Amino acid sequence: MAVVGIGQTKHVAARHDVSIAGLVREAASRALADAELTWADIDAVVIGKAPDFFEGVMMPELYLADALGAVGKPMLRVHTAGSVGGSTALVAANLVAARVHRTVLTLAFEKQSESNAMWGLSLPVPFQQPLLAGAGGFFAPHVRAYMRRTGAPDTVGSLVAYKDRRNALKNPYAHLHEHDITLEKVQASPMLWDPIRYSETCPSSDGACAMILTDRAGAARSPRPPAWVHGGAMRSEPTLFAGKDFVSPQAGKDCAADVYRQAGITDPRREIDAVEMYVPFSWYEPMWLENLGFADEGEGWKLTEAGVTELDGDLPVNPSGGVLSTNPIGASGMIRFAEAALQVRGQAGEHQVPDARRAVGHAYGGGAQFFAMWLVGAEEPPS
Amino acid sequence: MARTSRHAREVAVVAFAQSDHLRRTDELSEVEMVMPVLHQVLAQTGLKAGEIGFTCSGSSDYLAGRAFSFTMTLDGVGAWPPISESHVEMDGAWALYEAWVKIQTGEADTALVYGYGKSSPGSVRDVLTRQLDPYYLAPLWPDSVALAALQAQALVDAGETDEEALAAIGARSRADAAANPHAQLTGTVPQGDYLVAPLRTGDCPPIGDGAAAVILAAGDTARRLCGRPAWITGIDHRIEAHGLGLRDLTDSPSTRIAAEQAGVFEGPVDTAELHAPFSSQEVVLRKALGLGDGVAVNPSGGALAANPVMAAGLIRIGEAAARIHRGESDRAVAHATSGPCLQQNLVAVLEGDPR
Repeated sequence: MAVVGIGQTKHVAARHDVSIAGLVREAASRALADAELTWADIDAVVIGKAPDFFEGVMMPELYLADALGAVGKPMLRVHTAGSVGGSTALVAANLVAARVHRTVLTLAFEKQSESNAMWGLSLPVPFQQPLLAGAGGFFAPHVRAYMRRTGAPDTVGSLVAYKDRRNALKNPYAHLHEHDITLEKVQASPMLWDPIRYSETCPSSDGACAMILTDRAGAARSPRPPAWVHGGAMRSEPTLFAGKDFVSPQAGKDCAADVYRQAGITDPRREIDAVEMYVPFSWYEPMWLENLGFADEGEGWKLTEAGVTELDGDLPVNPSGGVLSTNPIGASGMIRFAEAALQVRGQAGEHQVPDARRAVGHAYGGGAQFFAMWLVGAEEPPS
Repeated sequence: MARTSRHAREVAVVAFAQSDHLRRTDELSEVEMVMPVLHQVLAQTGLKAGEIGFTCSGSSDYLAGRAFSFTMTLDGVGAWPPISESHVEMDGAWALYEAWVKIQTGEADTALVYGYGKSSPGSVRDVLTRQLDPYYLAPLWPDSVALAALQAQALVDAGETDEEALAAIGARSRADAAANPHAQLTGTVPQGDYLVAPLRTGDCPPIGDGAAAVILAAGDTARRLCGRPAWITGIDHRIEAHGLGLRDLTDSPSTRIAAEQAGVFEGPVDTAELHAPFSSQEVVLRKALGLGDGVAVNPSGGALAANPVMAAGLIRIGEAAARIHRGESDRAVAHATSGPCLQQNLVAVLEGDPR
């Protein structure tokens, strides 16, 4: 099974020029063009997005059936919180792996300008304590716990943000293009949720991302190099429970271990050439480096500090600029999966990691409890 | 009767449980509503949550009135150690479909599927208007009963049914539901006044809260867990255009395609559990599925007796499977729907081994 088509919109703060249908149609059309396929070649559509409140449309896939050419076809709608873009791609991949369908269009989107995500995520009292506004309010204490646990210097988060925002300058689809970014500016930006500064948080974006997944026969006809799926997995654990490790959740470790097992990876740090991981707040890069097995516990920040995760480092992380530069929430996971595929297809343009043969796409969501991950390769996996 | 599955692995419904469906459950959170149902369905098989290969649920944030509502109901599963799990923002019937696909890949041998919804906290008629085209239709707030009435009137105008025949569907459903301890509206129910003509209150579903759960298993695992597994020999779902003006509301081509793909027409069916929240929709579905008078339609009472939104479709599959488990059916069709006027439809064929 392989990815043979990828399409993204130019991610921006507000796409006032298109409807929701127009937004998703744009990404899907680009994916079809990339695969040199038509709507008639698509057997089924799998769509994902984060909470329906973000646009104020309940189950919008019903209204989007026409725009996505799904009339008369099966259409599935996935929602697994922030990990949804990744989960959606995996559900689509399973349809091909199970031989239920041969060629599937999968797409994820968010049009955040239709509402205010921070307040959409903030429950009314009494369901949540006051002042826990938005995702940052939830995750900041866990970042602080990581810093305490590992003794990481305060500056590591700003290094991640500075790297990702510079990488985004090489990605024409990225939302933030801060040409005058400097490390000093990141470190001088206002504190939002201590220890997370404004420049260390993701933006609110409008955007969509689509992929065409197909079987071996379809991949053989692909006009451009396919990205082969070597492994994929989802894992979930509860939001809150006594003994939960918010810094390095077990579900994330289990998810990565399952993917590596499927793909035959024993030393991810050496065997994987590029990583697109879900880093909505800068500190999650060192945290996930440990959680996904790229660094020993307590050592992740040292990789970041040493420049290992830079675009020209030996384990580039988020060469696309990542979630820190582009965040249409429901699509962010799929963008990670798609960017990993672009890398192994050699189609990533200016942010291409030279000779990337194996890449990981990763997403997480909820209270650091839902994980989705896949590993794609330039070579066809052994059957 | 020879049973032929169109897919790589034999997969069956081996257990089904549901809550009592009630007009209000103010004293219960969604977790509290779902958890007993999960415990019941697991107890039927002797499996523990941690022994299940894949878990998938269906629900709606808009019914719950909060974002990420399903993250809390995961507490009802007991997802620790971590589990392989997914969620669809659809009726639980589509969660079952995703789980069935997962088993077909060979990555899981068993799956726990659940769906739930509480309609009582809001006005579900109004809430469902938020499903409509947000630019051209939703601003007019056409509610779900009004849209169903348009469909019913189209059927009457086409000579496919009349108000008397519709009333008979409601009466039959509630009479059958008298034998269903979970049903919300049973026995003799007055046909009532017009809610939106030509639909009277008796043609419309009760509003209520409820949950349902199913366990799927493959091959010999299914045989070990269940005396008479309900084999899913075919399952498919299709969607239609969203704009009602683009559709012939007296017909359901998406149901027909799904039925063809699922193999409904390859043999006789004795039972049909149809997700028809309005009496008029049963008329459309009977036609699309080619159901004759000899078929027992909605022996559970169907959605006219209990319609917990986001679970009612999964319940149809569960009820059909339970009939096979009990030896009351050999080949049943189960159907689930979503969207205005039957926009999206899922069809499954369930078969029991020869007795």
